[in-house]
Amino acid sequence: MFADYSLAELGSIFVMQGFAGLILFSVFVLMALGLAIIFGQMGVINMAHGEFMILGAYVTYFTSQFFLNYLPSLFGAYFFLAMILAFFAAGALGMAVEWLMIRRLYKRPLDTLLATWGLSLILQQVYRSVFGPREVGVELPNWMMGSLPVTDMVEVQINGLFVMALTIAITVAVALLMYKSAWGKQVRAVVQNRVMAGAVGIDTEKVDRYTFGLGCGIAGIAGSAFTMIGSTGPTSGQLYIVDTFLVVVFGGAQSLLGTIASAFTISQAQSTMEFFLSGSMAKVLTLLGVVIILMLRPQGLFVIKVRR
Amino acid sequence: MSSQNDQSNKFSTTRRKLLMGIAALPAVPLLASSGLFSTPAMAQAPATSAVNTTGLAVTDTEVTVGILHSVTGTMAISETGSVQAEKLAIEQINAMGGVLGRKIKFIQEDGASDWPTFAEKAKKLLVNDKVAAIMGCWTSASRKAVLPVVEQYNGMLYYPTFYEGLEQSKNVIYTGQEATQQILAGLDWVAKTKNGKTFYLIGSDYIWPRTSMKIARKHIEGHLKDSSVVGEEYFPLGHTQFNSVINKIKLKKPDVIYAAVVGGSNVAFYKQLKAAGIDLNKQTLLTISVTEDEIDGIGGENIAGAYSSMKYFQSLDNPNNKEFVAAFKKMWGEKTVIGDVTQAAYLGPWLWKMTVEKAGSFDIDKIAAASAGIEFNKAPEGYVKIHENHHLWSKARIGLALPDGQFKVVYETPDLIEPDPFPKGYQ
Repeated sequence: MFADYSLAELGSIFVMQGFAGLILFSVFVLMALGLAIIFGQMGVINMAHGEFMILGAYVTYFTSQFFLNYLPSLFGAYFFLAMILAFFAAGALGMAVEWLMIRRLYKRPLDTLLATWGLSLILQQVYRSVFGPREVGVELPNWMMGSLPVTDMVEVQINGLFVMALTIAITVAVALLMYKSAWGKQVRAVVQNRVMAGAVGIDTEKVDRYTFGLGCGIAGIAGSAFTMIGSTGPTSGQLYIVDTFLVVVFGGAQSLLGTIASAFTISQAQSTMEFFLSGSMAKVLTLLGVVIILMLRPQGLFVIKVRR
Repeated sequence: MSSQNDQSNKFSTTRRKLLMGIAALPAVPLLASSGLFSTPAMAQAPATSAVNTTGLAVTDTEVTVGILHSVTGTMAISETGSVQAEKLAIEQINAMGGVLGRKIKFIQEDGASDWPTFAEKAKKLLVNDKVAAIMGCWTSASRKAVLPVVEQYNGMLYYPTFYEGLEQSKNVIYTGQEATQQILAGLDWVAKTKNGKTFYLIGSDYIWPRTSMKIARKHIEGHLKDSSVVGEEYFPLGHTQFNSVINKIKLKKPDVIYAAVVGGSNVAFYKQLKAAGIDLNKQTLLTISVTEDEIDGIGGENIAGAYSSMKYFQSLDNPNNKEFVAAFKKMWGEKTVIGDVTQAAYLGPWLWKMTVEKAGSFDIDKIAAASAGIEFNKAPEGYVKIHENHHLWSKARIGLALPDGQFKVVYETPDLIEPDPFPKGYQ
C-alpha cells in the first residue's frame, strides 16, 4: 500500500501516526486514572465512571454558556475554570455517593458493581430529564481549535497537545499525592491493611470518602477535556466505559504505573492497526490480544502484593 | 417523561372501560346516526359501526393512535424530534376537526432504545389498546423487531426514518427515503459540480451504513465516469477516536469524503477532522447521516462547509415549510431544530388521516389498500405521494452546512424520485 508514495510523504505520515497514538494514549490515561484510583485503591468497581465524566462535560457546557453570555471578553480562558469546576462538581457528587451508597457495600465488592451500574442508569435519566435528551455542542475558544503546521504534511493538533499536557500534569499530581504526601501514605496504608491502618489512628472512612471523591473528580476533569474530541449527551459516558475498564484491568488494578503502561500498549496497538486495517477489525484484534494476555496473566501487567 | 407514560397507561385503562360501556350500548350510535336526532357535527361523522368493522379503538368522538419511540436510552437523542413532530401533527389535525369527525387521542409508549421492548409495546398497543395506527420506530433494528408484530396483529405502522431499503410490507408506510432516493442523486451531484473522481467511504458498523455504502460503491464504480473508491472504513458504534483514519484520508487525498457515521461517533468524527486541520471548505465532504439535529451536538462551527444529502432541510423556502417551522417552534420552543426525520415523522399522522378519509374507514386492510396514490400538498418538504410499494415519492436535496447550524439548500432534484426499495444492480 505504500508503493505510490514518496519517502517524504511516508515519513510525515509515520510522524503523524505516532502523534495520533500519543493522543490516544493520553486520552486513555486520562479516562482511566480516576477509575484506577477507585478500583485499585478501594476495590470498588465503579460502573458509573462514565456518568461522572459526563457531569464534567455538562459543567463545561454551562460554564461556556455563562462566559458567552456574561463575560465574552474572557471566553478564551473559560476552559481552565470549567475544568476546576468540573473537578469539584464530580468530586462532590462522588463523595455524596460514597457516603450514601458505596460505604455500605465495601464488604461486598460484586454488589458495588450492580449498585454503581444502577447509579449510572439513574444519572443518565437525571441528565436526560434535567438537561434534555438531545446532545449539546460545547463551543471551544478559537485558540484550542485547528492545528499547528510543522511541515507541509505534518500537522499537530492543538487539542491533542492540550490533552497530552493535561494528562501529564494530572498524572504527576496524582503520583505526588499518592507517593509523597501524608494523605497518600494513609491511602496506601488503608489499601494494604485496613484493620491495622484503623488501629494506628487513621480515619479509614474519611480516607475512603476522599479517595472516591478524588477519583470521581479526575473523571470530571477528563469529561471536561473530552468535550474537545467527543459528544456531550446523557448517554455519552457509555462511550468511554469499556475502554476505561480495559485499560485498568489490563494494567493490573492496584498499580498506577500499570495503568499507564497498559494505556500505552493498547493505544499504540489500536492506532497502528487502525491505520493498516479497518476500524472494526482493529478493535476486534485489540480486544483479542487483551483477552489472551489476561488469560496468561490474570492479575494484569503489573501487580502489587496486597494483604486482603 | 416516564411519568407521562404512566399517566397515559392509566388513561388508557379508564378509556378501555369507557369503551366497553359504549360497546354495551350499541343502540346509541345507531340512533344518533339515523339522522333523526343528529346535530351538524354528527352529520359529518359517519357511524362508528360503518367505519370500524374490526374492533379498533374508535368511538363516535375519538380515535386512538399509538406513538412508539424511545424517550429513554441512547436513541432518545434522535427520537425526541419525531415524537414532537407527531404530536404537533395530531394537534393540528384535531384543530381542523379530526379524522372522519373524530378527534385523535394518542397513547405514547416508550421503546427505551431496546428492540424487544419495541416489539412488546407494539403488541400492547395493538392487542390491548386496539390503536388504529402506530406512529413509531426510528432505527432499522427497532422496525425489524416491530414488523412481525404489526403483520401478525394487522396494525399500521408509519415509519419516519430514511433507511437502507430492502423491505416492503402491507402494514408499514415508510415516510422517509429508502437508500437509493437518498444516495444516487447526491453522488451524481457531487461528481458533476465538485468534479469528484475519488471517494473515501466511512461509516459506523451496522446494517444501514453498510447497505448504503454498498449502493454508493456500485453507483460510483458502475455509473459515474472514471470514478473510484479509494477507501472504505467502518467503525464500531460509539467509537470516539478517528485520528488514524484521518491520517489515512490525508494520505489518500480523496476528492470526496462520503460519510455515514452516526450517534456519538458523529460528533467525535467532525471535531477531530476540524482539529486535524482538514478544512471542509476545501475538502469536499458529503454525508447522509447529519441533519440539523445532529449539528446541535456537533457544533455548527465544526461542520461548516460539509454537504448533507437529505430530502428536507429546516431552511427550505416554501410556504408550507414556513408555516410548519413556525408552528413547531411555537409548540416546542424557539431553540428546537427540525431535521429530515422530524419532518418525515410529521407526515405520518397526515398521510394516515388522508388515507382514512379516502377509504372512508379505519379498517387496516382498507387503509393498506387505499394508501397507494395518496397525495399530500401541504407537506413541508413539498408535494409527496405514496407509491404502491408504500414508500414516498420524494425529491433529494443537497444542503451546505453553515456555522449557525442550519443548511443552505444548494441543489434539489427537478422531479420526484420514485422509491425503489429493491434496486436492481445495487445488491
